Amino acid sequence: MKKVMMGNHAISYGATLSRVQVIAAYPITPQTQVVELLSEIVADQKLKAEFIKVESEHSAMAACIGASSAGARAFTATSAQGLALMHELLHWAAGARLPIVMANINRAMAPPWTIWSDQNDSLSQRDTGWMQFYCQSNQEVLDSVIIAYKVAEKVLMPVMIVLDAFSLSHTYESVDIPDQALVDKYLPPFDYKYKLDVQNPHTYGGLTTPEWYMEFRIKMHEAMDQALVEIKKEAVAFKKVFGRHYDTVDPYMVDDAETVLVTSGTAASTARYAVDQLRAKGKKVGNLRMRVLRPFPFADVREQLKNAKKVIIVDRDISYGYHGIWAQEVKSALYGHSQVPVWNFIAGLGGRDIFPETFYDIIAQVGKKKKPDQELYWVEVKR
Amino acid sequence: MAKDRKKIDFKKMEELPPMVMSLRSMAANPTGSWRNLKPVIDLSQCIQCTICWKFCPDAAIDWIDDNPVINLDFCKGCGICAEECPKKCIEMIKEGK
Repeated sequence: MKKVMMGNHAISYGATLSRVQVIAAYPITPQTQVVELLSEIVADQKLKAEFIKVESEHSAMAACIGASSAGARAFTATSAQGLALMHELLHWAAGARLPIVMANINRAMAPPWTIWSDQNDSLSQRDTGWMQFYCQSNQEVLDSVIIAYKVAEKVLMPVMIVLDAFSLSHTYESVDIPDQALVDKYLPPFDYKYKLDVQNPHTYGGLTTPEWYMEFRIKMHEAMDQALVEIKKEAVAFKKVFGRHYDTVDPYMVDDAETVLVTSGTAASTARYAVDQLRAKGKKVGNLRMRVLRPFPFADVREQLKNAKKVIIVDRDISYGYHGIWAQEVKSALYGHSQVPVWNFIAGLGGRDIFPETFYDIIAQVGKKKKPDQELYWVEVKR
Repeated sequence: MAKDRKKIDFKKMEELPPMVMSLRSMAANPTGSWRNLKPVIDLSQCIQCTICWKFCPDAAIDWIDDNPVINLDFCKGCGICAEECPKKCIEMIKEGK
């Protein structure tokens, strides 16, 4: 059934179709409608779930950790400062190997106080052991929640679904709501082998000496390697049932492109419009949309960028005193494998719009240069 | 007592569960040597209310023949039992005296 809905409600429908059993969340702009609709769905008894009202995001994640430990499919959603407040428990959820799924609506970090979009909030949580899937459309948001549970429960690692504030969260698009029976078949109930059980009590997360700590970390890393295999597998399996395909990266006209614009989130849609316009003028430009941040798709990135003469990474985030965060990631994948020069542009922080003109400006700045003469470039700033 | 309890042992990474889950039984980890103060119960005053047994955070109080008995293999000497006892018949005595 097709319905016009905002990105936040696409998340709620994704969680409902996944038959989540426990939802614990604290409201924050621009995430609020996600759990607002879920609370109504639970109150109307259209979803058999416990909705736990908590006093902070730290508690929301703690409740999800408890629920997931007991074998329930747990869900939450947040943004920016809320995600930062969860930080300690993000490590706990991953270290305890709990397949929790959370939606994070990208909102820039304060101060200065802001509600608009950039990716510094989720990218700051890069090393917590959470998978991160960045979405471009409301349809992808809904579908990604379902796929996330499938992958998470296979490898026992949590997943963060990431989408831009307002340009997805509050923007209405046509979304196909999959048939519940098909989703049930694709995503069977969560059967957790290690769940809390009063008949077979265990201590979880107890003190671990240097004798074994490292082995648990290796197991987490290997689970992430396996997650990459599962994401590729589910890209095929999901398409077979629902007809839509989501891989680790999403290329657009890169095969013969001399210049590839690397983007993530909704900036990719704009980049693709710019690519079309530039192609019409005979410029061989393409776009590579990064969908999965962790586990990082090294092989796919190298494969997609192997023909490029110039790579331009446009980051909607910044690691102060370094590069944009996507630029670090993509450059590290290319190092030792490719001689292609890489430019890094920072655009659209704090919700500043990224227009097609932004990309024309970037392409013009790179011009005929053979290699970058700065570590990073800012676009459209008031100097 | 403590020596009879089995230690959970792993040889290789493959034997470990994916997450830290009862890597060792606390029963095989006697903590009595942490103690500076030892609880001593005056059973002539005790009313068998079980409050000390319920409050002990280490489950180091056994209930034997209707009376509380401190398990000194595990008691860390925190004194919660003495604090909570409504008859104030548990005294914390310095170890070694």
